Amino acid sequence: MTKKSPLHEVHTGLGALFTDFAGWSMPVRYASELAEHKAVREAAGLFDLSHMAEIELTGPEAARALDHALVGKLSAVSVGRARYSMLCAESGGVLDDLVVYRLAEEKYLVVANAGNAAVVAEALRERASGYDTEVTDRSAEVALIAVQGPNSPAIVGAVCDADLTALKYYASVPTTVAGHEVLLARTGYTGEDGFELYVDAAVAPEIWGVLAEAGQPHGLVPAGLACRDTLRLEAGMPLYGNELSTELTPFEAGLGRVVKFDKEEDFVGKAALARRRDAGAEQVLVGLTGTGRRAPRHGYSVLDGETVVGEITSGALSPTLGYPIAMAYVPPALSDPGAKLSVDIRGRVEPVEVVALPFYQR
Amino acid sequence: MNIPQELRYTAEHEWLREEDGVSTVGITAFAAESLGDVVYVQLPEVGSTLTAGSPCGEIESTKSVSELFAPATGEVVEINGGVVDEPELINSDPYGKGWLFRVRAAELPELLDADRYRELTEEA
Repeated sequence: MTKKSPLHEVHTGLGALFTDFAGWSMPVRYASELAEHKAVREAAGLFDLSHMAEIELTGPEAARALDHALVGKLSAVSVGRARYSMLCAESGGVLDDLVVYRLAEEKYLVVANAGNAAVVAEALRERASGYDTEVTDRSAEVALIAVQGPNSPAIVGAVCDADLTALKYYASVPTTVAGHEVLLARTGYTGEDGFELYVDAAVAPEIWGVLAEAGQPHGLVPAGLACRDTLRLEAGMPLYGNELSTELTPFEAGLGRVVKFDKEEDFVGKAALARRRDAGAEQVLVGLTGTGRRAPRHGYSVLDGETVVGEITSGALSPTLGYPIAMAYVPPALSDPGAKLSVDIRGRVEPVEVVALPFYQR
Repeated sequence: MNIPQELRYTAEHEWLREEDGVSTVGITAFAAESLGDVVYVQLPEVGSTLTAGSPCGEIESTKSVSELFAPATGEVVEINGGVVDEPELINSDPYGKGWLFRVRAAELPELLDADRYRELTEEA
């Protein structure tokens, strides 16, 4: 059965077009995804991300349990800060990429991708057993609303009294919006300054309304998953299922730095990941840019001369830059910026060039 | 959904307007809305011969690529250069500035009238 966001009726009222996303019916766009994309880059966009999973770990050994369960050193995260990390299998393959907030000395919030929610919840429960911590899946009771874009501080500042100048990137603070408790985080997936508000599902429509109203003079528009995808691609951010999978380790994705071998706790996947680190990856993730308007897309072949050397993981005509951009896995020897490759775009071979990620930086 | 009464339609969501043996072809507002923002369009060449039902170009939106099917057999006599330069015209004005090409067809296949096409979109 398709799950609906607590904001579903709000979206219907806004004329949203829905898409099935990991078993959820979510807004793909409201009117024009290009206009929504542009609004996020130049003003602000309002996103419903309630399909994301929120799992809480509390207790004296929550930090140690997470150090064991994830590849990062979560015990080193200060209270009020957040960190990007990964849940890996024993084989080193990525089961999910996630953001972990440390809310208190003994309390963490793990935010996972909707498609991996069950896998993450189960793995955390299993890996935390034996540690003095409690794992609680809060996904059903928590809604997530994001305000992203250069005008987001003005909008969020108008609805709560949190000190936004003190709130750093990848940090969170509890505050109140319209009298309701929310967790306000300066995180996001668009390459812009922005905020994510974790709120009680029951009050999500009210908080959405308060933000929409406060955002009106600042050009805030509701924004769907279609523009979220082109925004994150421009920002060079990986998407699970495209750039990340159980077949790949963080090292192929160029994210080996998230694996902390120096932590005290032994962690799941450590041996396999150490081998991969030492042996070097056979395929690495690169950015590609093209000319013209035809974009390489997920699954298309990357060629070196006549030889197929890799595959596109994500690609689009960049709305901000105006030329095609893509990410792909290629052999390390072909991964240096400036390398000339090509892509088979539905039978026509188009030239592309390897570039450093991200494509776009604010 | 805007489905002009005076046009004829194909089940592939194209519209045709016939004048003096030449048919102007475009895609419907329904198709444009389903595709999302169109960012690239490839049209058949002027002078080429189309075969009804065969692919003759493509329309690419931010999320997907769709083939364009020839609605009739005949010669392409004109293409809309404006829509090649500004593919967004397909979204903003599908029945006007967003037209795609003109074909001189010896004979038009059976096409749907506006009411029948509306029924089709309502079933979709």
